[in-house]
Amino acid sequence: MNTLDFSLLIWFGSLSAGFLGALTGLGGGVVIVPFLSVVCGVDLHYAIGASLLSVIATSSGAASAYVKEGYTNMRLGMFLEIATTFGAVAGAVVAAKISTGVIAIVFGIVLLYSAYLSRKPYSENIDNLPPDPLATRLKLNSTYPTSTGEQSYNVRGVPFGFGLMFIAGVLSGLLGIGSGALKVLAMDQIMHIPFKVSTTTSNFMIGVTAAASAGIYLNRGYIDPGLAMPVMLGVLCGAVLGARVLVRARVQLLRNIFSGVILVLALEMIYKGLTGRL
Amino acid sequence: MVLNRRTKFEQRFEQFIGNLLRVGVILASVLVLTGGILYLIRHGTEVPNYQFFRGEPAEFRTPAGVKTSILSGRNRGIIQLGLLLLIATPVMRVVFSLLAFVRLKDYTYVIVTLIVLAGLIYSLIGKYS
Repeated sequence: MNTLDFSLLIWFGSLSAGFLGALTGLGGGVVIVPFLSVVCGVDLHYAIGASLLSVIATSSGAASAYVKEGYTNMRLGMFLEIATTFGAVAGAVVAAKISTGVIAIVFGIVLLYSAYLSRKPYSENIDNLPPDPLATRLKLNSTYPTSTGEQSYNVRGVPFGFGLMFIAGVLSGLLGIGSGALKVLAMDQIMHIPFKVSTTTSNFMIGVTAAASAGIYLNRGYIDPGLAMPVMLGVLCGAVLGARVLVRARVQLLRNIFSGVILVLALEMIYKGLTGRL
Repeated sequence: MVLNRRTKFEQRFEQFIGNLLRVGVILASVLVLTGGILYLIRHGTEVPNYQFFRGEPAEFRTPAGVKTSILSGRNRGIIQLGLLLLIATPVMRVVFSLLAFVRLKDYTYVIVTLIVLAGLIYSLIGKYS
């Protein structure tokens, strides 16, 4: 196989990953890394470096639309980015010090959890709990557009949410993923933020989280232009396509297919990590 | 609560940030695609090797190295420049947020943004063994 064929194969695989990632809301990163390392035999460090860049591209691309529509809570995003940025730096530093086998096992576990999450249906929860003093002090409470006009919401559970964001950052820096699933979970379940605000704010934060570890990966020489090129362009095209199809697609069926794919990749990664074949 | 509503300035700022992110991603993609096509025209028939980790040469590790690489006519340098621009896009977003919070005299968020920026700068220019 020559470089042209290899690049086209990677591009097409990345396109599929970006497409499924956009439809299921998990992002392309969770599939790209196992696809590159398990299926294509790329070294895990290169796979993580290339994935991080595709994560920045899709996050910034999608966030540009959501920010303009007024769903994203920019203060909340900026505040939580303290946790994700330093988490991502820590994750990227740790990634260079531990063996690829350990990274593969952690990745497999995160994948298993993502497979579970992608099957779980979401529900919009707006409650009328009184405002949290810390959230008020930090001006995190805001409004977002709904079909019946601007709806206000209060943010809760700030310290716990902040702590979970640090973990999301570590996983992002360690594994080269956006950790969108964990970010949404923290905002949706712990901080009681409306689902549309959680997903869009998570998307908004992912770019900064990934940029924080991408600098370290670049410095270490883990970002290969020849590999990152087809991955970034593929995931981005796939994500744009996925967002277009999303309005008409049978999302539940796709989620089931996607979680099946993730499950197989997760077991493969854990197996290869344990047997040291990665 | 009236205080919770987003002000006109904040809404204009949202439009600006949205455009900034979009332009950053489009420019980065164009650079990566251009460099990629030129790279594949020149090296497309060679055998790729990503199985074993060697680490990239120094010219692909720093902005200064990428500049040297482009000036010496290497197409992968153009790809790497696009990737640098991609990494810079969210960083620029944080920089402009800082300016907006200064203008709003929202000092809590000026500090919050400065902390985030410090983390990003550490990751981009720090030296790691």
